[in-house]
Amino acid sequence: MGKLSDLGVEEVINGLSNKSFSAKELVQAYIDKILEDKILNAFVRVNPEKSLKNAELSDDRRKRNKVLPLDGVPIAVKDIFCTKNEETNASSKILENFVPQYESTVTRKLLESGGIIIGKTSMDEFAMGSSNETSNNGVVLNPWSKGEKKLVPGGSSGGSAAAVSARLCSAALGTDTGGSIRQPASFCGVVGLKPTYGRCSRWGIIAFASSLDQAGPIARSVRDAAIILEQISGFDTMDSTSVDKKVPNLLTACSQSIKEKTIGIPGEYQISGLSDDVRNIWKQGIEWLKSAGANIIDISLPHTPYALPAYYIVAPAEASANLARYDGIKYGFRANNITSLDDLYSKTRSEGFGAEVKRRILIGTYVLSAGYYDAYYLKAQKVRTKIVQDFNIAFEKCDAILTPTTPAGAFEIGEKSHNPVEMYLNDIFTVPASLAGLPAISLPSGLDNNKRPLGLQLIGRPFDEESILSVASVLEDSANFRSMEIEQGIVS
Amino acid sequence: MSLDRATVIRIANLAKIHIDDSEIDIFTRELSQILNWVEQLNEVDVKNVKPMTGVSGMSLREREDEVLDGGYADKIVKNSKEKKKNSFSVPKVIE
Repeated sequence: MGKLSDLGVEEVINGLSNKSFSAKELVQAYIDKILEDKILNAFVRVNPEKSLKNAELSDDRRKRNKVLPLDGVPIAVKDIFCTKNEETNASSKILENFVPQYESTVTRKLLESGGIIIGKTSMDEFAMGSSNETSNNGVVLNPWSKGEKKLVPGGSSGGSAAAVSARLCSAALGTDTGGSIRQPASFCGVVGLKPTYGRCSRWGIIAFASSLDQAGPIARSVRDAAIILEQISGFDTMDSTSVDKKVPNLLTACSQSIKEKTIGIPGEYQISGLSDDVRNIWKQGIEWLKSAGANIIDISLPHTPYALPAYYIVAPAEASANLARYDGIKYGFRANNITSLDDLYSKTRSEGFGAEVKRRILIGTYVLSAGYYDAYYLKAQKVRTKIVQDFNIAFEKCDAILTPTTPAGAFEIGEKSHNPVEMYLNDIFTVPASLAGLPAISLPSGLDNNKRPLGLQLIGRPFDEESILSVASVLEDSANFRSMEIEQGIVS
Repeated sequence: MSLDRATVIRIANLAKIHIDDSEIDIFTRELSQILNWVEQLNEVDVKNVKPMTGVSGMSLREREDEVLDGGYADKIVKNSKEKKKNSFSVPKVIE
């Protein structure tokens, strides 16, 4: 057996159960690794004392044969989940020193299933970004960076993806609004799973765009992602959009045959900006699925080009409403030297929010303002309907859709931060599934010619996470990404 | 559509975000760039298309209007900048 920190969720569960090591030894190994890899800046907060205490409690449960499904598994949590009595800032100055007095449903479920929160991870401010560069906690380094070339981890769950890739936790939680789990997972060479909208409760997740936000796992394998998702899913009365549906056994789904499955390949994802490396990995993925006996068909999702512009109306509109609550009155940051109430609000928000958050609030305010609502917001909502209809038609003929996760591999820090629209184009392949509320997974499938990870994405029918997990497992076996991690020195 | 400076100032005022004079041109340029880019939605024919207001087309659940918890004012004021007993203490808000 190699280093303890090299173990993923399934291996940890087996190792603990075989008494190969204790939860306390495991947590200590991760804490040491987190301190050793501080340069990545993936974590905004760790609480070693509390994590070790929880590990002792887990070991104690094991002694008493009261083992829980995730007992002793060290998991990193994006700093967007409210954690009771533990500071939560969503990487924003406006939430500095904010200490939630309650636990988000998803982290509560994680804790109740025995998982150990090893720390809170950095993110783009309020989850608005695709590079983690908008974080108030500084940039996060992609573990695949080499020498002078400092790569972004992607975003907005960049800290979580970097932490999983660098083996600073067994798995992590992220949130995905337009690709914020899948895109960083793709950039960092790990698995990212965004479940169907309504599968996981949004209660206690700091809101960005409520009709799009979903929690989900970032993990080192498809099976690990399935194990975590199963534990954090489920109906919750505290979220009015939570759906009362039985959570299937997702691990079983990972080993189901895909012989009867039909996989759709959408022509509209063949965009001009697609790098040759991405094109080749996509073709390779199709071949792997064919060899496994899947039926491959061409499909059309004609409104794909309009998904991204529609998203950049809908999401900022919802954000401008959600973020109206940050006014400096009852909690969070408050500006000094104010002359009037209006001055207090506008100076607090000006000093408390970063540039990207301000841009999105301003766009959202504009598209919702009198005279522009119909031309922008209503129009975008109608385009969203067309995008859902495209998917409905496609899913009459196929069980899952295979696309690249991103048009290219990770870019360098600073490379795209001066042009908002160019940054937005990162999410071109992830946003359509978000707008339609569909489950989607990204899994590492190969490297580009700069030896940076590339992901493939599978999109499924609503509440059919099982199909995308079974197909993803086949791709994962064929890709053998682990050998590339070893070759590139990511793991020893 | 391109925005002018006056519109940016008006939106910033609606959004209660102070923008320094030196930043107005930058925001005007960036916001115009974004709005020009979303303009492509005009190519889509949305005649007789219903707007999508929720994801699964479901109606929101209702529940009884009843008290489920309470009695923890100390927790509610926990994060306030200034508090007096269990009350928020805020700057003067009536001018």
